[in-house]
Amino acid sequence: MNASSNPFSPAAYELKKQRGMKIAHWTTGAIAVALLLPVAWLLWMITVRAWPALSWDYITTDVRSMGAEGGIWGPLIGTFYLTLMCLIIVAPIGVLAGIYINEYAPDNALTRSIMVAVTSLAGVPSIVHALFGLGAFVATMHMKTGMLTAAMTLSVMTLPVIITSTKEALSAVPKNFREACWNLGASKWQTIRTIVLPNSFGGILTGVILVIARAAGETAPIMFLGAVLWVPIAKSGAERLAPYGINDQFMALSNHLNLICKDIPGMSDQMMFGSAFILLVLILSINGAASVVRSRLRRRKRW
Amino acid sequence: MPSSHPSSNTPPAARKGWRAAVAGIADSIEKPVEVLIRVCGWSSIFLVAAIFLFVLLGAMPVLPKIEWFGEHAFFTSTEWHAKDDHNPSYGVLGMIVGNFAVAAVAMLIAIPLGLAAAVYISEFAGSTTKEWLKIGIEVLAAIPSIVWGFIAVTIIGPMLQKYTGAQWGTNLLNGGIVLGLMSIPLIVSLAEDSLRAVPDSYREAAMALGANKWEVVRRVLFPAAKTGLVASCMLGVGRAIGETMAVLLATGNKNQIPDSLLDPVTTLTAAIASEMGDAVTGSDHMASLFTIGLLLLIITCAINLTANVFIRGHKKKGAA
Amino acid sequence: MPAHLEFLDLTVRYGKKKALDEITMSAARNTVLAIVGPANSGKSTLLKTINRTIDFITIAKVEGEVRISGEEVRSMPNVYALRRRIGMVFPLPVGLPLSVYDNVAYAPRRQGIHDKAQLDEIVERCLRDSVLWDEVKDRLDLLGTRLSGGQQQRLTLARALSLDPEILCLDEFSIAIDPVTTMKIEEVLTRLKEKMTIVLVTNLTQQARRMGDKVAFINDSQLVEWGDTNQMFNAPVKEITGRYLNGEFG
Repeated sequence: MNASSNPFSPAAYELKKQRGMKIAHWTTGAIAVALLLPVAWLLWMITVRAWPALSWDYITTDVRSMGAEGGIWGPLIGTFYLTLMCLIIVAPIGVLAGIYINEYAPDNALTRSIMVAVTSLAGVPSIVHALFGLGAFVATMHMKTGMLTAAMTLSVMTLPVIITSTKEALSAVPKNFREACWNLGASKWQTIRTIVLPNSFGGILTGVILVIARAAGETAPIMFLGAVLWVPIAKSGAERLAPYGINDQFMALSNHLNLICKDIPGMSDQMMFGSAFILLVLILSINGAASVVRSRLRRRKRW
Repeated sequence: MPSSHPSSNTPPAARKGWRAAVAGIADSIEKPVEVLIRVCGWSSIFLVAAIFLFVLLGAMPVLPKIEWFGEHAFFTSTEWHAKDDHNPSYGVLGMIVGNFAVAAVAMLIAIPLGLAAAVYISEFAGSTTKEWLKIGIEVLAAIPSIVWGFIAVTIIGPMLQKYTGAQWGTNLLNGGIVLGLMSIPLIVSLAEDSLRAVPDSYREAAMALGANKWEVVRRVLFPAAKTGLVASCMLGVGRAIGETMAVLLATGNKNQIPDSLLDPVTTLTAAIASEMGDAVTGSDHMASLFTIGLLLLIITCAINLTANVFIRGHKKKGAA
Repeated sequence: MPAHLEFLDLTVRYGKKKALDEITMSAARNTVLAIVGPANSGKSTLLKTINRTIDFITIAKVEGEVRISGEEVRSMPNVYALRRRIGMVFPLPVGLPLSVYDNVAYAPRRQGIHDKAQLDEIVERCLRDSVLWDEVKDRLDLLGTRLSGGQQQRLTLARALSLDPEILCLDEFSIAIDPVTTMKIEEVLTRLKEKMTIVLVTNLTQQARRMGDKVAFINDSQLVEWGDTNQMFNAPVKEITGRYLNGEFG
């Protein structure tokens, strides 16, 4: 049977249309995959070139000779405490702010301007946060540049992240749960504490983890607020695990990488790539943890 | 069984004596808790205001000393010698041009690729492919700025030198590539959101009229999601302009108006980051860096607010 | 001695639209007030004015008065205390994402009751009263949201009873429940009447006839008439009331 006699065979223009669609399908698909190839390649390159440096000693040894020798213990532990401190400051404020916006705020101009402020805050360049930290905490409040000022600056920067994710997590809890509680005479806060928060915990946790990743990876806001290339660290004892005081200058992994690849000439390849690799693995595994929490959450529906 | 319960025929006030008291305590913490929550809720407004205020305060000492109009003024001169105590000059034209040039190159890379990937993810990809692509994009988004800068210096730079014969590996093109890769995840996820926001009924209606998927994308989805897509590109630009560490390392940090893609340039962000270490507290030099920061703040805020107006208008239309 | 629950010239507007128009009626202590009327005639709005959950609808404007034992609800300083005095069951079944036990124990715990034996007693009594006990007694740790629609509806009723309310408001409680269970709940309600005043919104006129001491007919935001059940069904003043109660429209 030839094509023209079959009433269901596609006409010429239809064939052309179908071809157009196939082309679009494969082109966009190829681009989407192609985006990820350079990333995979870059990650591979970093791994390969960092390989000679990597060992347990590299992680647990102090920085020596401005980062040209030794390991990255100081910066690593510094990043840990910096992130922890940032979290202690920003998590309660951000979660409460998310609660306010989703649960308390009336639908009016003030609330809309709060939302505008949150998105604006998220758009402030990180180097401007550094200026803010210097202007507000150091110049005006006369605090020393150090762990605390850096953590406070990072907190301002990460606040919108935690507000947004908290708000989303809360709004995923159906409204009629709240109404049921209100009908029982539970107050707003009781309802939030007993029903809303327990059921949005995973989403909020995801936001908190994202804040950790963001704070641990950021450089610009801390580089003028107390993060330095080298401070002496105790060789042993408890102080080796907690080497920095709250107002001390400190080392941080992100800033360490920044300084050794920018300011120190003749740095060996493996030391630079080693720090980059460790930072990258750290950040990616924190993000991975957030993904795991999120997918766990999707599987364990409670309603 | 009912008899074991407190009698309910007594008047309500006398009933449930101690229970009412306990409940009264629980109700009375309601107010302070609400006040605390309210203050935290307003925190972002305070902070945005404080950021503007303190950056402005920091810039204040030098504002009267800056030449604002004329041939060699703030916006028209490329001469930036703020470190010079005796004869300083404050011209940011080079940085602004550099900033927008890097952002433009980045967007030339990121927008077509990002939109294509978003279309593929939202319209064509099967669910497994979609999951993997999303993980890949998340990895892309997670790589810290400083690591991108490091990649620009140690991997992309030498490659550019090798293949283009550029004198410097860190230059406008390098900055654009790195920034483009950094912006892609944002553009993909925002564009995908706005494509997904188009109701399925649109797709079904067009399919019922005999359109295939690509025609649906081109004739129905793009027009319907247009404002959302524009807004996501604008947010990408906003991010690209405010990016600091990657640009600082990747662009070569030279204050000049570029002649070619392979010239090193600098940006507003990189200028602040590179000079801040040398600036003396309270000096005009420090204040001039705050002035750049103020300019940067105004530019990024303007872009973000415009993008959000787009998105909000879009959402309202979608709801109606 | 004032009536237990009184509505005085109660008007509610949603924006420009009137949802209730000058409603005036009352219910004596330990009686059942059955409210009937077509869908969207304002019955549910009426219930929301009693425990002031109408406050959550921002566009709603309330005029007139709702009094409980002579006290105007909007002048009460503690709205939560008010809500605890009123059991409320809305037609949409809501099991909280807690265990069945915790669902019922939710409100008593907020009241400061943590004694296990006392809670056990309340949970069992309320679940028996809502005719759910036999179905869930062996799996009290099951999530409330996992119950069937009808079971969740009865769970809602059990929660409403957990605070020993003086007024119990039921809004079309039987919508998701089979007729046999409905009859059992009606028996319980007749018994509970000894302890509380019941406001029963229903679109089943026969239910109103069985349960109501008084029946009110609301149509198109207005109280058409209200009175003793017998009189309403046998000798209504208005012709439209008779037609509705006899199922000629609705």
